Parts: sequence; C-alpha cells; structure tokens
Amino acid sequence: MFELLGTTLPSRLLLGTAQYPSPAILADAVKASGTSVVTVSLRREMAGGRAGEKFWSLIRSLGVRILPNTAGCHSVKEAVTTAKMARDVFGTSWIKLEVIGNHDTLQPDVFGLVEAARILCEDGFDVFPYTTDDLVVAERLLEGGCKVLMPWCAPIGSALGPVNITALRSMRGHFPDVPLIVDAGLGRPSHAATVMELGFDAVLLNTAVAKAADPVGMARAFGKAVEAGREAFSSGMLEPRDVAVPSTPTIGRAVFS
Amino acid sequence: MKLLVNGEAHEVAANTLAELLAALDYEGDWLATAVNSDLVHKANRAEFRLSDGDRIEILSPMQGG
Repeated sequence: MFELLGTTLPSRLLLGTAQYPSPAILADAVKASGTSVVTVSLRREMAGGRAGEKFWSLIRSLGVRILPNTAGCHSVKEAVTTAKMARDVFGTSWIKLEVIGNHDTLQPDVFGLVEAARILCEDGFDVFPYTTDDLVVAERLLEGGCKVLMPWCAPIGSALGPVNITALRSMRGHFPDVPLIVDAGLGRPSHAATVMELGFDAVLLNTAVAKAADPVGMARAFGKAVEAGREAFSSGMLEPRDVAVPSTPTIGRAVFS
Repeated sequence: MKLLVNGEAHEVAANTLAELLAALDYEGDWLATAVNSDLVHKANRAEFRLSDGDRIEILSPMQGG
C-alpha cells in the first residue's frame, strides 16, 4: 500500500497508456502490472469522431485512477490551459505537468515548469511535475505548492535506466518526506528495482512496457520489480564491502591435517 | 462566421460554442473545449458567444505516457 496525496494506492507502479499494439493489450497490461494509476492525454478530436469516447470508456472500465498529462506542451500557457481542459473532462485535480524545453531530449523547461506549477497549484491542482534531478528546481517546485516530484532518470522513451544514481540518491536524501516518483527513462525491470531500492516512492513508465515484445508479460515483470525494490529498501540492504566475509560459520570447522 | 477549429478554417453559422459543436457533429461529455487558448467549461458552452476569427480547440481523451 502506498499513501499518495491522501489516497491509498495498492501499487507503486504508475503506467502510461500510449503505444500499445491494441486496446485489448493495453487493458491486459494494466491488469497484469497491478497498477492503480494510469496516465492519459488530450488530443484534437475529429469532427464527428469517436476515438476519444472509445478510449475513455476503455480506461474507465479498468477501474484505475487517472493522471492526465500535459505532454507535448512547450509553453506555460499551453500547459496551464491543457491542465484546465483535462480537469474539465477527467474530473480530477491530479495533473502530470510537462513543459518541454528541448525537442531532441524532451528535457523539461524547468523555468516554465516552475511557473506553470505555481499557477496550477494556486488554482487547486495537485501537480505532479515532470522534472529533472536538479535539487534547486525541486525546491522551487515545492515552494510553488507541489506536494510530489517526478524526476526523470533518463530522457523519455530512451530506456537508458538511471544514468545519474548519485543525483537520484541526493534527491532522496534532500527530500525525505516528499513523495518522489521516477518518471521517464526506465527500460528494464531491474532499472525500476534499482530506483526503488534507492528509496523512491514509485515509478511511472510507459514505453518499456508498451514496446516490449510481450507488453503484458513485461507489465507483470515491472510490477514484481517495483515490489521487490521497495521491499528491499524497507528491509535494509547490506552495504558493499571491499573484503570477502565468509557466510558459513568458521567456528566448529573440521580439521583434517 | 469564420472560425479556426482544431487548426482548420471553417465557415459556420453558429453564435455560441454549443451551436458550433452541434453544427460540426461533435457530441459527448468527454470533450474539452478552449477558445483563443482559454478553457471554456462544459457548463458554459451554451452561453459562450463566438466572434469572427476565434480559434477553437476541441480535445478528447487519448493515450498518454
């Protein structure tokens, strides 16, 4: 169980809904992962179109909580308006706030992010900011009213896994009481387990599951990795040592010479 | 009236946003609307009056990461 903004969630895995081979595989992957929060977006609807309705009824049938995003927004104004439109449709104050600053890396524009986060928090949103691992930006986001932070561990969709463990560890250490969700860049279940072992509260991923050869199997694998990593963190892991230490008792050893 | 709807030019006889949605065959409670980059709540579409040249965005739920 995971307490997030006053809501108890059964899983520490948040899953994106894009890029699956079919709606049926998306639905099965969501179930297999055990997730209770999925991300969704808003896009232009064709006149007379029903694409949005079909997708929305599928998501509602899964019985999971919705975290709408502002993906693709490159300005504060775009992100703020998209967030308000998402609240109007999805009926939730939760918003995954993305303000993208670079086309190649999809790196957040942290200056715009802080400004948009402040505007939306003042308007009553629960802002989940997609940010970098920069501590000063994190502090500004918290000052602006954010109650949770979502640092990347590598560029979106890159599958590189945590490229700066030191920065992630530092972030965890600086904000011991803030829910921290690693968002973006995870490629393998072991990546998810690694960041969970560092003490992160949850992970959010999409491409690594959706683009796997078997998305349902991969969703299940990520679900297990997130659980394993969290339990390892909670159980207190052994620190690495430079010398060998025998695991079998040496006292009572037979002597044959 | 000349309007830009989801980036496409339209000549539509509609006074309000609700009338525009009906004229273009948009229906359903899963749509989000904005005029000139500002949200227009579902509840306000019927009385929201459009002006020549307005830019309208009509969005609906889609897959997202």
